[in-house]
Amino acid sequence: MIPYLMCFGLFLTGLYGIITRRNLVKIAISLSVMEFSTFLFLALIGYIEGGTAPIVDPADPVKVYVDPLPQALVLTAIVIGLATTAMIMAVIIRIYRKYGTFDIREIKNLKG
Amino acid sequence: MTVIVKKTTQLIAGLVFLYGIYVIVHGHLTPGGGFAGGVIIAGSFILLILAFGSDFMKLTKEESGSTLYENLAILIVAFLACSGLIFGTGIFFLNWLPKGTAGELISAGIIPLYNIFVGIEVAASILTIFLALIIFKEEMPE
Amino acid sequence: MNPLIPLFVIIPLAGAFLIMIIGRFIRDFDKYFATLVLLFLAVVSFWFLFSTGEKVTVYKAGGWEPVNGVPVGIYMVLDGFNTLVLCIINLIGFLSVFYSISYMNRYTSGNYFYSLFCLMVAGMNGVVISGDIFNIFVFLEISAISSYALVAFGVEKNELEATFKYQVLGGIASFMILFGIGFIYWKAKTLNIADIRIVFSTGYDRTYYLFVQILLLAGFGLKAAIMPFHAWLPDAHSSAPSPISAMLSGVLIKAVGIYVIIRLFFNMFAISQAMSVLITSLGALSMLIGVLLAIGQWDIKRLLAYHSISQMGYVVLSVGIGMMLISKGMRNEIAALAIAGGIFHLINHAAFKGLLFLNAGAIEYAAGTRDLHEMGGLARQMPATAATSFTASMAISGIPPFNGFFSKLIIIVAAVMARYYLLAVLAVIVSIITLASFLKFQRYAFFNKSEGPNTGKIREVPFPMVFSMIILSIICLLLSLLVLPGIRETILTPATDILMDPSKYPSQITGI
Repeated sequence: MIPYLMCFGLFLTGLYGIITRRNLVKIAISLSVMEFSTFLFLALIGYIEGGTAPIVDPADPVKVYVDPLPQALVLTAIVIGLATTAMIMAVIIRIYRKYGTFDIREIKNLKG
Repeated sequence: MTVIVKKTTQLIAGLVFLYGIYVIVHGHLTPGGGFAGGVIIAGSFILLILAFGSDFMKLTKEESGSTLYENLAILIVAFLACSGLIFGTGIFFLNWLPKGTAGELISAGIIPLYNIFVGIEVAASILTIFLALIIFKEEMPE
Repeated sequence: MNPLIPLFVIIPLAGAFLIMIIGRFIRDFDKYFATLVLLFLAVVSFWFLFSTGEKVTVYKAGGWEPVNGVPVGIYMVLDGFNTLVLCIINLIGFLSVFYSISYMNRYTSGNYFYSLFCLMVAGMNGVVISGDIFNIFVFLEISAISSYALVAFGVEKNELEATFKYQVLGGIASFMILFGIGFIYWKAKTLNIADIRIVFSTGYDRTYYLFVQILLLAGFGLKAAIMPFHAWLPDAHSSAPSPISAMLSGVLIKAVGIYVIIRLFFNMFAISQAMSVLITSLGALSMLIGVLLAIGQWDIKRLLAYHSISQMGYVVLSVGIGMMLISKGMRNEIAALAIAGGIFHLINHAAFKGLLFLNAGAIEYAAGTRDLHEMGGLARQMPATAATSFTASMAISGIPPFNGFFSKLIIIVAAVMARYYLLAVLAVIVSIITLASFLKFQRYAFFNKSEGPNTGKIREVPFPMVFSMIILSIICLLLSLLVLPGIRETILTPATDILMDPSKYPSQITGI
């Protein structure tokens, strides 16, 4: 039970970072922290008591493996997280060229 | 960068590249596979650029070479997936090459081919992202 | 096992990367190739619409058959509801690409635009045809990341700020969805939608079920711009280039937002009283507040974006009424009427909101401004744009004989027959305020007597733009024929049947 609660706590830490930080790069890093908590949670789900890593070795038969499906899900999700982070970093660099600042309180051109 | 960093990079970059190729090719036997090996290969190129500076590596305005590799590799992956439709019995993503015995290097049908092309694609795309972000540095003072 | 089904995803994906390679050498290859790809997809999706009917087509990727009756492997499913949404994605995609042949002359690097557009269409097609929840997440991310890049296409200050806001909120929603998928896998040990329904029908823990439903509703609700999660929509949809605004507001918030909510809540979760009350109240709230915020706007595209929020509220409201009736276990024919009204309004909104955004783009292309104070008297100089804009404004306000009237009539009649009189009165009031807002738009843009600053050199926009707008306005008139009994049986009734019957969807998928 404790590892699951810690994953949720990490998610809330990332959310707190997005809400309260003023620097654009810190907001992007908090988004990254939030997604890492989801990967940890997914990898923890597949644990079976007394299981070993799911790699088949024909010479040494093992009876119980942990569930390999969540590990495949986490691999896909890591790639998606990389694409999201790269996209948001490119937008931040362009914003710095146009506005001249990283402070989010200065960037309020659109209102209404 | 200092002399220590440059000398170490000269010695290690080739070994990192070779390690990346090992992780890709043994993707169906050990953990790793296409994505992890591709990131390691991209890492070896990025190490060279970081240690020696972009002027030394003579990077031009566009990153056209790595973009070409990336697009070609994805098209080959899509073609391999569709080859199940053409050569197999009309099912998409079918594993139609002969599967050998478990544990050998040449086995498991079409999966090692997928690993190789996905590895090339991931390496090219991460290198493209990195080049796109640092080429802006030369256009910064406006 | 029809091998044409995965082509909906493979062809735009391969096309996007082919445009990047060959577009570097041959000029104008990107425009015509993208148009051809989307035309082919639109034709194939209409063929599926008229040939599917009541049956459910399942495609198992890799040929992995079920083991002991449990489906392992990736399934792609086409049934009555899917084919409707596929049709509107591909048709409005084709018309937007055709429109952008002459609109994108104002922007550079057209290669990237058409490649990202094809990727976005590939992602949306994948969300609609996938049969298990993790594939929905992967294709959702493909289309979302492409849309982040497309919103910021001409890199001005406004567009970058809008896309930053959109990205952060969209990223939070995506990871809430992934969290929800992890929770579902924990208890159900399977990812297939039909199989999850079978597993959950044997018994579940009530607190866990409510938590997962709220998590998924929050995540997909943000993608669909329902009321508490609507903050990104006015900025993102008004700053994007006009064909992308038409795609985003006309198709993306439906295909990855409302479609997935309807699919998960009807076919995967058992309908409960608390969730249906929550969904109905969120729909009513977004309907009312969206239109109240839209009255005071003077920027054309911001006005249209706020109206998107309110019309999506109509769809969610009617689906919520259907859910409330089913959860009480009575009056199934009224629930079927409410759900049919919701799906019909979904299709109609794609047509007329796409047309309105294309009109706004044409006005911006010709007059150079988006502010209603600075325009006037455009009806004489731009006759085609004025006529189609009048059609779309009458359609969205619910004036007969256009399609908006029939779908709003069905929703209001269903609410009255189910004795929710307050919701029916609210729907009528919102429709009247929508009419007022669009009459203001029409008067200031087209029929005003005073002249704007550069009225001397305004002329009609080029042919591809006019063609797309005229085709969409003809579709607005044709869609009102869906109410006739003969046509309704072939198109709308299979969609409501597959959603309402609790045992039809799982048995057709796992029995095959």
